[in-house]
Amino acid sequence: MEMDGPVGANALDAEKIVGKPLDRVDGRLKVTGGAHYAYEMQQNSLYGFVVEASIAKGRIASIETLTAERSPGVKLVLTYRDAPKQGTGNHREAHPVLTGPVVSHYGEPVAFVVAETFEQARAAAYLVKVEYDREKGQYALPHHLALARVPHQPDGAPADSEVGNFSDAYANAPVQIDVSYSTPLQSHAMMEPHATLAIWDGDKLILHTANQMLNQGQRVIARTLNIPLANVRLVSPFIGGGFGGKLWVNADAILAAIASRYLKRPVKVALTRQQIFHVTTHRSDTIQRIRLGTDRDGRIAAIGHDVFSGNLPSEQVYEAAALQTRSLYAGPNRLTRHRLVPLDIPVASSMRAPGEAVGLLALECAMDELAEKLMLDPIELRIRNEPAEDPEKHIPYSSRHLVACMQEGARRFGWDKRSSTPGQVRNGRWLVGMGVSAGTRGNPLRFSRANVRLDPDGIATVRMAMTDIGTGTYTILAQIAAEMLGLPMGRVRVDIGDTIFPEAAGSGGSFGAASSGSALFEACHALREKLSGLAGMDPNTAHFGDGHIATGERSVSLTELVGSGVEADGEIKPGRNNQDFSQQSYGAHFAEVGVDQDTGEVRLRRMLGVFAAGRVLNAKTARSQAIGGMVFGVGAALHEDLVLDPRFGYFVNHDLAEYHVPVHADIPASLEAVFLPELDERSNPLKSKGIGELGICGAGAAIANAVYNACGARIRNYPITLDKVLASLPDQA
Amino acid sequence: MKAFSYERARSVADAASAASNPGVKIIAGGTNLLDLMKLQVETPSTLVDINRLPLDKIDETSEGGLRIGALVRNSDLAADQRVRQQYGVLSRALLAGASAQLRNKATTAGNLLQRTRCYYFYDITKPCNKRVPGSGCSALAGFNRIHAILGGSEACIATHPSDMAVAMRALDAKVEAIDREGKARTIPIADFHRLPGRTPEIESALASGEIVTAVTLPPPPPGAQMYRKVRDRASYAFALVSVAAIVDSAGGRIRSARLAFGGLAPKPWRVAAAEHSLTNTAAGANSFDAAADAVVEGAHGYGSNDFKIPLTRRTLHAVLGEITRT
Ligand SMILES: Cc1cc2nc3c(=O)[nH]c(=O)nc-3n(C[C@H](O)[C@H](O)[C@H](O)COP(=O)(O)OP(=O)(O)OC[C@H]3O[C@@H](n4cnc5c(N)ncnc54)[C@H](O)[C@@H]3O)c2cc1C
Ligand code: SF4
Repeated sequence: MEMDGPVGANALDAEKIVGKPLDRVDGRLKVTGGAHYAYEMQQNSLYGFVVEASIAKGRIASIETLTAERSPGVKLVLTYRDAPKQGTGNHREAHPVLTGPVVSHYGEPVAFVVAETFEQARAAAYLVKVEYDREKGQYALPHHLALARVPHQPDGAPADSEVGNFSDAYANAPVQIDVSYSTPLQSHAMMEPHATLAIWDGDKLILHTANQMLNQGQRVIARTLNIPLANVRLVSPFIGGGFGGKLWVNADAILAAIASRYLKRPVKVALTRQQIFHVTTHRSDTIQRIRLGTDRDGRIAAIGHDVFSGNLPSEQVYEAAALQTRSLYAGPNRLTRHRLVPLDIPVASSMRAPGEAVGLLALECAMDELAEKLMLDPIELRIRNEPAEDPEKHIPYSSRHLVACMQEGARRFGWDKRSSTPGQVRNGRWLVGMGVSAGTRGNPLRFSRANVRLDPDGIATVRMAMTDIGTGTYTILAQIAAEMLGLPMGRVRVDIGDTIFPEAAGSGGSFGAASSGSALFEACHALREKLSGLAGMDPNTAHFGDGHIATGERSVSLTELVGSGVEADGEIKPGRNNQDFSQQSYGAHFAEVGVDQDTGEVRLRRMLGVFAAGRVLNAKTARSQAIGGMVFGVGAALHEDLVLDPRFGYFVNHDLAEYHVPVHADIPASLEAVFLPELDERSNPLKSKGIGELGICGAGAAIANAVYNACGARIRNYPITLDKVLASLPDQA
Repeated sequence: MKAFSYERARSVADAASAASNPGVKIIAGGTNLLDLMKLQVETPSTLVDINRLPLDKIDETSEGGLRIGALVRNSDLAADQRVRQQYGVLSRALLAGASAQLRNKATTAGNLLQRTRCYYFYDITKPCNKRVPGSGCSALAGFNRIHAILGGSEACIATHPSDMAVAMRALDAKVEAIDREGKARTIPIADFHRLPGRTPEIESALASGEIVTAVTLPPPPPGAQMYRKVRDRASYAFALVSVAAIVDSAGGRIRSARLAFGGLAPKPWRVAAAEHSLTNTAAGANSFDAAADAVVEGAHGYGSNDFKIPLTRRTLHAVLGEITRT
């Protein structure tokens, strides 16, 4: 099915199972250790350990591997001298490793040591002696803005957009805001490290690997290793978080595959926590300038957003932080521009709502600054700039309930108790403030296929190469099939995480549930037609329930119908709806923080997110997703900061003791997420929209605005750490 | 991690004699040592495991203090009734450190002897005088948010990361050690940790082979006790600045004060002049400011840690205000 028109009434509307707050079907496996992750797959395997480049730019002058090779248990020390020739491309197309003596970023693998045990491999890895000829590189984004260029990202939106005449309108606007914000380098910090077990069966490769998009990964691996796609199988039934860090293929997979082919034995590798920071991708830092010009009532006449981010010279991927600015608020004159600075640091790529997560940290604080200048309530300012249609594309929104989210949130949160003047509220030693932010995230749909089969034992089996990265995909797929086929949850089996199953979008960009769920919806729909045909009933009036198909008085058990089993396929593709409608999910974040009057420590006191994101497929897993996103918003606002040392071109704090994400104590008990009822007739057959990343979008800005409201510190360089707040604190009595 | 051999010590003397050989390291909770070994910052050829030695008791001393065995776990020490009632500053400092899981493993001696968290120290590809004497200090002109503003040297500005030791410093604890000959000695905590000077690789007063057997606390000093830890997140982060305060005051007058600081220096830091300046004074902004002046006198920031100077002042001010009100 292509998404070309309104969905209309369908079999999910009954919401007997879909939407219910059901526990995860894989929950028990996870808490009992029954869910096996890539590195836990048992095979008589050898163990690999990566040797990273300890310079950021230059050439390998010499590599001495003899000592390592003679070290106990060592089977292989692979370097560029003996690595095979591999296919090339940007980091989303290919991931060649050990390609030559050139080092293009810190931590790039320069050798791969394989031994009988992990400990032997690790010990030997330290014995590989590499000498380098260093070259001068460019590392820190702020130092090299002059080198910025216009990126051309093939799978991304155009770097620039312009509507009307921004500069004239801005110059003539009676009220102006012109502010710059910066966001730091960030690392995904997922729980499970990148890991792969590679097994060759003749010329066929099986990779048990932590990867969010298996079919995409399959293509990258085939291209990199120069082998036919059909010879590559990726298996990944459980993934311990990814946040974008496992969207693409990383060095662990390719190194294990090459070494395993060479040694004719399975090879297993997991990156260490420290290695993940340099060997895999991260989010670029950004420098953003926002200009808002309004009339005296706060109606936007001109809105401009300029973004700088960095990446390796060979890459085009940029942090699309101005994307939401193209559709969030009304205004006739608009200008957004992304510029990319070539830097010699590891590849920057997608992380937790790429674009919006950091773009809203700037835009939504600038809106707060504007509201203050206009002496308007921040929510009222947003209401005044609520657009009737997409202000750049001039097309309707598929559905948009931002104002409802703001108003409902304000009511629940007690927004009317906020003092509009900063620094007015105290609670003991805490200066207390409230902040609000809008949230929005694009709603993409991607090609996916599914197969569903009903067997004579009454079990329906769903098959697709989808992944569950901890979000609850197993559960929502089971719910969709159960609802469509009139089966109890316990009669649905979901087989995902393997490229032997039909191609699916995978998990990323908030497209996973919608894309895979819609393909499954279509497969179930086709199966219903087949079953109706077998029962001699009209599929349009037949009712599926309790394992039966029924029309009027007649009811037939499905198990009697299916013979040796009946199956059907389904498929979803984006269509005209994806051009003709502006599709986003929306939300509003409310935060209350305390700022310690003496030390400037910022602690979140309570937080609420109200979202409108189409049909909620499972109220429990949806809430978990939203809350998880909001917690990441806390981190983005207050904690996360991957520090670059420009002398070495590396990330100094590359471990979880010093790269801070929020811990339990940072998250108050009062952190809640609410979904407003919404059905989106244009998004997909489920009428749902992406919620995977919505929770983070705007969350950090609400916190930053609350910090300002608490103590008057408007911190424009994230994260908001106490050293930046100190100067704004009141004198001590 | 380099391959190593493993031995279990049968007695303290046994451990001390083994530990005097080059390449031998004592392992207690292992929460710091093992991390460093995985990164090849520490490369012992032999580990001597002391976990089965009978050093895990907390006993009352004849003077009315406590003797804490070297192997008492941080969680057990923090939870001990006597510690909670009489040495609240110690209990609070312990609970402000690390995480519950780590505290269950971490020991008293291991905590005292844990090594700095300087980022560059943890990465063997970076110059670091503490790890490789003479190789240079990467932190001086690098990222030094968590580094010292007091007591450092041109060779090293690393801080000692312990919370527990800061409280012990305020309590005037004494460290008991035994050498390979079985000779015991007592080292005041003030002298236990060494300043870097030109030899940042030497961190404590222990001689090679000397084993810590216990820490003794004198009877609890008069006054209220408090531990305040300022950090980048609410838990599971090392102190940017911490203050262990024991202040005897009544009716707005301070009789005596003891102040020890973490996060500022290569060792738990005390400034006698600051404490003297508070003796027999009226609690208030003037006396607090004078004490703060004395604490940060000579303090020096290195860029990313400049904020610690005003932060120290403000934190001390807040602590003194609170403790003299209670
Ligand atoms: C992520 C993380 C966060 C942390 N956060 C904090 C924090 O906020 N505050 C804090 O204070 N600490 C913190 N810690 C550190 C923790 O407190 C220490 O790791 C712990 O106290 C060390 O004790 P241990 O028994 O495990 O020592 P080990 O690792 O076993 O040993 C440490 C050192 O002491 C030596 N040693 C041990 N026992 C003896 C003995 N009896 N005689 C002589 N030498 C001995 C060892 O040889 C080794 O050199 C943190 C640690 C981690 C990993
Ligand atoms: S501060 Fe000390 S530990 Fe850190 S790099 Fe310098 S010498 Fe090494």
